[in-house]
Amino acid sequence: MLETGVILFVSFAYIGLLFAIAHYGDKRADAGRSIISNPYIYALSLAVYCTAWTFYGSVGLAVDSGLGFLTIYIGPTLMALLGWSVWQKIIRISKVHRITSIADFIASRYGKSTTLGGLATNIAVIGAIPYIALQLKAISTGFLLITQYPKVSVSFSFSDVPIMYDPAFYIALLLAVFAILFGTRHLDATERHEGLVAAIAFESIVKLAAFLTVGIFVTYFIHNGLGDLFQKAATFAGTQNAPGGESGSNVALFFDKYLTIKGQGFSYTDWSIYLLISMLAIVFLPRQFQIAVVENVNEEHLNKAIWLFPLYLLAINIFVLPVALSGVLHFPDGGVDADTFVLTLPMAERQQLIALFVYLGGMSAATGMVIVETIALSTMICNDLVMPVLLRLPIEEMGLRQDYSGLLLTIRRCSIVLVLLLGYAYFRTFGEFYALVSMGLVSFVAVAQFAPALLGGIFWKGGSRSGAVCGLLAGFGVWTYTLFLPSLVAAGIISENFVTHGPFGIALLKPFELFGLQGFNRISHAVFWSLLVNIGAYISVSIFSRPRAIEHTQAALFVDVFRYSGEAGESHFWRGTAHLPDLKSLLIRFLGRRRTDEALADYADKRKLSWNYLVTADANLVSYAERLLAGAIGSASARVMVASVVKEESLGIEEVLNILDETRQVIAYSRELEKATAELQEANRRLKDLDRLKDEFISTVTHELRTPLTSVRSLAEILNTNPEIGADQHKSFTGIIIKESERLTRLINQVLDYEKIKSAQMDWVIIATDIKEVIQDAVASTHQLVEDKNITIEYELTANPPLISGDRDRLVQVMVNLISNAVKFCDSDRGKITIRLTANDQQVQVDVQDNGIGIRTRDQDKIFEKFQQIKDPARGRPYGTGIGLTISRRIIDFHHGKIWVKSKPGKGSTFSFTLPTSRETALTS
Amino acid sequence: MTPKARKNKRLVGLFLLGSVLFNYPLLSLFNLKTSIFGVPLLIFYIFAGWVVLILLAAMATRTREQPPPKPIDKTGP
Repeated sequence: MLETGVILFVSFAYIGLLFAIAHYGDKRADAGRSIISNPYIYALSLAVYCTAWTFYGSVGLAVDSGLGFLTIYIGPTLMALLGWSVWQKIIRISKVHRITSIADFIASRYGKSTTLGGLATNIAVIGAIPYIALQLKAISTGFLLITQYPKVSVSFSFSDVPIMYDPAFYIALLLAVFAILFGTRHLDATERHEGLVAAIAFESIVKLAAFLTVGIFVTYFIHNGLGDLFQKAATFAGTQNAPGGESGSNVALFFDKYLTIKGQGFSYTDWSIYLLISMLAIVFLPRQFQIAVVENVNEEHLNKAIWLFPLYLLAINIFVLPVALSGVLHFPDGGVDADTFVLTLPMAERQQLIALFVYLGGMSAATGMVIVETIALSTMICNDLVMPVLLRLPIEEMGLRQDYSGLLLTIRRCSIVLVLLLGYAYFRTFGEFYALVSMGLVSFVAVAQFAPALLGGIFWKGGSRSGAVCGLLAGFGVWTYTLFLPSLVAAGIISENFVTHGPFGIALLKPFELFGLQGFNRISHAVFWSLLVNIGAYISVSIFSRPRAIEHTQAALFVDVFRYSGEAGESHFWRGTAHLPDLKSLLIRFLGRRRTDEALADYADKRKLSWNYLVTADANLVSYAERLLAGAIGSASARVMVASVVKEESLGIEEVLNILDETRQVIAYSRELEKATAELQEANRRLKDLDRLKDEFISTVTHELRTPLTSVRSLAEILNTNPEIGADQHKSFTGIIIKESERLTRLINQVLDYEKIKSAQMDWVIIATDIKEVIQDAVASTHQLVEDKNITIEYELTANPPLISGDRDRLVQVMVNLISNAVKFCDSDRGKITIRLTANDQQVQVDVQDNGIGIRTRDQDKIFEKFQQIKDPARGRPYGTGIGLTISRRIIDFHHGKIWVKSKPGKGSTFSFTLPTSRETALTS
Repeated sequence: MTPKARKNKRLVGLFLLGSVLFNYPLLSLFNLKTSIFGVPLLIFYIFAGWVVLILLAAMATRTREQPPPKPIDKTGP
């Protein structure tokens, strides 16, 4: 039944089924009804971790070194328990920043560095090649074995099979087609492939079912359960080592070999180190990152995956040891490779269907890994290796292309084929020399080099780009020296002496005993040295280097992702704006027109924007565009591209200072405005006051004019109508008329004077004047007023005052004003006015003191202003026009003198003025 | 403490427990040449411990039936 043709048909039919499932998954995703959006599919897809290594290699490792194989699955179990602490953080960061590969993650964390992205990609690719080769070897071995059914071939050589006749080669090509179809169908900002995940989950079911089938068959059909099997194995160990030995010690030997941790180069230290690297591998293997992080639909799926995935690992391991022991029992001469026991046991028992199922299980384990790994690597190669180089090519060549999305897909498809061919070449060259597991472990150690930079990057803000570069370089260098170069020795490319005696015979540099370190197996030895120098370089260089601004930004965004992700990745770095058409054409070039339009429409919808009115893209939109691009071409390249259309980058210190300066100027300006407004308001208020005062002045003046006019007129009428009036009375009447006329003249003169002074038209007659004469003239002209109220005047005049330069008549006017004021406010009969004259070299001073009602302090300044009359409610309407003192002040001011008043209400007032004594002083001061 | 933070603490505790269970020196206590129910002791210990760890993780992550999160709750988990 199991002829080559049938096997080939089943093989290709199985892969055809994968195509169908993936196609169905994609169709459902396009229709919006995802079949993978549940935690069970997520946990199953995580089981892509279990490859041909698990399926075939675990048994080989168990035969080789006992229980050590379990570490590879206990480690991920422990890591899964940290799912919410580590995985969720990585998932959240990747979603916020649209990170699509582990190289992109590291590049983005350390300032979107193209150097780091390229370096990480190289490590991932070089580390993955042996691992892919392992899968192809398993497929090829499985095929070669089962086609020889029922004969269990004990030896075969891959090199005997020409490539053209090797089904593994065609399966590899078919897997490339699968990866291309379902992994690079289109460019997507999220890089999720639902069909692919569905197929992977299906493969996980197949391989688990196949392994459980063979395990149950071996344990319960070939043997009578676990106890029986262990018993037989122990007895067998006894008979094997029987000659001359005691049975008991042989059982002990059996335990030592398979059932305890001892000997065979596997110590407790090795155990712990294996646990460590498998813990790291479950997170940092490119395919695990792809499935667990990039393809994650919902963070909440982690919740169940945390225990479902370990449960899967437990299930697939239960029968490893029974199969291993049964294989040893069945093929006691050791002629059959322990890696193939899973398949050779049912074949030897002539169970065609089980054998075929196991063959398919092995293929599902291998193909699942190859598909996801090549897709993950192709994204890395395209985004972090090829794009940064392409984008640095001269602009003219790149400018010709309008649409890059096709180019990007082509690069990815070529990468997939390239990686698969490299894996196949590695398998053809080195495959015969290594067991499956040791090839896989070499890859584990390679990807473990990502751990310091990545774990440090999400928990420690201090990690810097230079630190990460140095750490990766150092760790990868040690990996190359202690694991990769020795593998070339086995293939005969490098002389044996390199391993046995060290390079150039230097024993300290022996790759498996570096610096004389012993007590580790070669894997643990490599892990210890590589991680030691990696972590050491990462931390020390980080501490002593000075990170750039963008590294600070990214560090904060990654480490505090939960604090910032509430803002759904709002702009933190870009401050610049871009011309919208530029930005749009950039997106179209890489994403295609349809996806660009969709993404922008989505953005507008969420923010209720209308593109019609937008010409400039703000910082938010620029950041959004950068994240879209990052999904397609990687964060480092996206940054370079966006920077080419953005007008300004992050704020420099000068810009900050400029903004501060502008703000300060605006504040100062507004203060000036406030001041000017206040001044205007004050001026307005004073104008209104003046207006009111002018009205009052006019009414006062008219009243003052009417009073004497009325008395003049009535007396004149009496004289006119009564000619027979007595001579005495006649004289008295005419006297009053004269006096009142004088008063009228004086009033009118005052108003005229005021007008003249105000319009500066006054004619001044400056002559040497004796101030004493001025006082005497003034007293004489007010004689009548004083006498009328029976007021006494006292004089305290200095004997020989110096002459002053001045207008005599005006000064008399000032004195008259002061005296008549004093008279006005003094009581009749009790009133007393003191006129005082003092003099020194510079000036003369005249005081006119009365004992009248006095002036309130708050009024003392106002009385010299025009139209101000002090109103006293008790006395009613004031006397005078209110311009006498104003005129006086103008006159004194003209003479460069000073005039002021000192007064207390009820205690009288003293008006004083000073005049400079010489013309020179008057003119120059 | 939010339910999520409590859950996370329990899981970290389980991680520490597992790290101790599956490492030297506890492992050496069971590294004996005896069998239990016909199964070698160390294998029995490792698988039993593994099962217990998975059960505890399943219990720790089990979320009580609760209404969907309120829309105002915008803080990250």
